[in-house]
Amino acid sequence: MAVIPVERKPLTLAERTYIPQIVHGLKTTFRHLVAPNVTLEYPEQRPEIPGGYRGVPTLVRDPNGREKCVSCQLCEFVCPPKAIRITPGEIASDSAQAHVERAPQAFDIDMLRCIYCGLCQEVCPEEAIWLQTQYSMTGYTREEMVNHKDRLYELGGTLPDAHLKWDKKKAAEDAAAHGGHH
Amino acid sequence: MDSSLYFDLPIWVRVTLQGVAVIAVLFPLAAACSMAERKISAWIQGRPGPNRTIPPFLRWIPVVAPVLQKLGLFQLAADGGKFVFKEDPIPGHVNKVYFVLAPILAMIPALTTIAVVPFGAYLDSAGRAVPLVLANVDVGILAVFAVGSLGVYSVILAGWASNSKYPFLGGVRASAQLISYELSMTLSVLPVFLWVNAPGGSGTLSLFDVVQSQSQPGFWGGMWYGVLMPISAFIFLVALFAETNRQPFDMPESEADLVGGFHTEYGAFKWSLFFVAEYCHMIVGSGVFVLLFLGGWHPLPWVSLEMVSGWLHIAGSPVLTGALATLLFLGKVVAFIFFFMWVRWTLPRFRYDQVMTLGWQKLLPLSIANLIAYALAIALIERA
Repeated sequence: MAVIPVERKPLTLAERTYIPQIVHGLKTTFRHLVAPNVTLEYPEQRPEIPGGYRGVPTLVRDPNGREKCVSCQLCEFVCPPKAIRITPGEIASDSAQAHVERAPQAFDIDMLRCIYCGLCQEVCPEEAIWLQTQYSMTGYTREEMVNHKDRLYELGGTLPDAHLKWDKKKAAEDAAAHGGHH
Repeated sequence: MDSSLYFDLPIWVRVTLQGVAVIAVLFPLAAACSMAERKISAWIQGRPGPNRTIPPFLRWIPVVAPVLQKLGLFQLAADGGKFVFKEDPIPGHVNKVYFVLAPILAMIPALTTIAVVPFGAYLDSAGRAVPLVLANVDVGILAVFAVGSLGVYSVILAGWASNSKYPFLGGVRASAQLISYELSMTLSVLPVFLWVNAPGGSGTLSLFDVVQSQSQPGFWGGMWYGVLMPISAFIFLVALFAETNRQPFDMPESEADLVGGFHTEYGAFKWSLFFVAEYCHMIVGSGVFVLLFLGGWHPLPWVSLEMVSGWLHIAGSPVLTGALATLLFLGKVVAFIFFFMWVRWTLPRFRYDQVMTLGWQKLLPLSIANLIAYALAIALIERA
């Protein structure tokens, strides 16, 4: 290993009086004194949310208005603090969405437990749960801090879906039933 | 306005009124300094500082209220009110008499020294300057030093009476520090008074005479002592920082190693008394520095109050010249207090042994050498 000797110069007289350094420091602080503030005055001014931000986890619908969650419960199992609780439910056979596997009957995320790790979003095979830009969660009771299914969809809204895999599956099944290629 | 009505009052009524008037300015000024401190620290750190508090019943006032709100003045009032009304607990382990006495003792010297500090002057009908001061005693600077250094007793007393280790250490440090820097401070002003007390004149230690001697005719006569005696001014400045327990010398309460120093056990109103006393010390100390080295109420070197009054055609009016002088003096003091705060938010705190080394091994020899050099120089000049 190369050894680089660094010469340690003795302090000059001016340096030992501290004065040039103090004057330099005073100049620096004065520059900051007159410079504009960097503070964001929060409730009035809101921060700009960067892309990829992991905010409050939400449930989303696809462009057709279908709830994407099929209550596979992978997120519930992967969730490190066990913040998610899903009660799976069946879809009524006369529903327009009957071709989809299942849907959650209840979906609760306890925001007092959530650590915003994003594993639920990462694990979701349906791209149904998303950590979006919502960062402010407040409530007066523990119960208020639990996001139920309706609230989760309200926060999540609709996200574009390039695949629409359940519709494709249904279309393929329909084609097969009508004597398609396969 | 008939001024004889006021002068017909008995002397003690007048003195009391004057004293109350001065304290009524000093006390709020000290409180305002605390807000200025918070604002300046905020600006230096790129923050807006306290700018939210406003009483709802004042919200409707158009321009004034938002400006005061942004300046944090209502926050100041809220803080003051909080200190007065919150519970004021006395810990069970303290020595109660001295514990209560200490903050009172802190206020007394802080408010007493202002009595001998002239804060302005007016020109009487003959055109002579007359000081505006509560007690124009001839021992001016001695009185300031004597009474001002009593402040250390409150710190020691608070540290000892608190009967716990951090306040005790803070009190011990404070007393050692104040005693160390008192020496250099006193020695640093001696050249000024050697120069003022020219042989032949009547000897004086009055601060008023110091100010007047900075407005004599001629190149050297009109110069401020801060320029004539920069080393004296520098030593006095450093010692002043140490005496007022300001950063970088705030050993007594260095919160990193002593929690809160001597006032660790204090809260509420008693704590705020210490706080205000510190700012009063700062104001009075700045005032003394301005008087000694920055020409007091004379606006600029070689430009005296008399000349400015002549230019403004107010020389005949004692009230106007007095107001002008007081404003000039207060302006300089405020600028100096800003300097205090500016330094505080620039420099880190010295280590305790560095403070002692600086005081005893650097400043004291420097001030003695400075005294000898100026004594010799003054002797030579006077002989010539």
